[in-house]
Amino acid sequence: MIWLVFFSFIAAGIALSLARAGLGPTTPDRVVGVDGTVTITIALMVLLASFFDRQIYLDVALVYAVLGFIGVLAVARYLERGV
Amino acid sequence: MIYIALLVVGMLGAGIAACLLRDLLAAVVAAAAVSLILSGFFYLLQAPDVAMAEAAIGAGLTTAIFVIAIRKTGRHEE
Amino acid sequence: MRVFGEVLIGIGTAFLFLGGLGIFRLLDVYNRLQAGTKCTTLGAFSTIIGVGFVHPAWMLKAIVIGVFILLTNPISAHALARASYRNGIPLWEGSVVDRCREFEECSRLPKEGE
Repeated sequence: MIWLVFFSFIAAGIALSLARAGLGPTTPDRVVGVDGTVTITIALMVLLASFFDRQIYLDVALVYAVLGFIGVLAVARYLERGV
Repeated sequence: MIYIALLVVGMLGAGIAACLLRDLLAAVVAAAAVSLILSGFFYLLQAPDVAMAEAAIGAGLTTAIFVIAIRKTGRHEE
Repeated sequence: MRVFGEVLIGIGTAFLFLGGLGIFRLLDVYNRLQAGTKCTTLGAFSTIIGVGFVHPAWMLKAIVIGVFILLTNPISAHALARASYRNGIPLWEGSVVDRCREFEECSRLPKEGE
């Protein structure tokens, strides 16, 4: 029962962030939406690992936490005439 | 079940946006969103190693390489 | 221990929902970045530590994931805010203070070769 509350909160957060990524008038708005979605997805993956009770699922969340910010950093450096 | 439907709708919307957007940087961001949701699908289908590879390649590598390619060419189509 | 972990997970998911709501509802890029960084960092960290309390054998890996989130999330948010300010994305018209405009090296793009 309590898991339904948790997953409903997280699904609402992911839906709102993805809606901003689809609507956003400028490109940084879309990047903000995708970045928020990545962070919420990491929390969802850890929570699902606890729900299915399998420790191997934590490794996916670990890889996402290490590598998920490279895309955002690449877009930001592009906007700043970097890369 | 409704969560799976939500994921399918989000993935379809992001894929269509990646095809239709004229601003190529926004299209790259939409492709990153598609890769993110695809990794979530692999996770839900109980293939964590595939999801790990998809996360590493889709989130980090593909976006960075596409951004470097846009830097070398041009940002807006037509 | 399990009840404490579930309370932490509840706080974290509530903050994640508030972060998504802030990303959707706020009015310009900088406000959205603020909601999308602070709320989701706190929410994800609290959720992960809560899962570590529910399963005590996973605590070490949970702490590693949480520390990586605490390190990488502000870096990307700061880089994105600076890039969008230097690209001239406007603030919301009701914004009160803009300290960055007073400094020339803060608010311009770097020249070629810098």
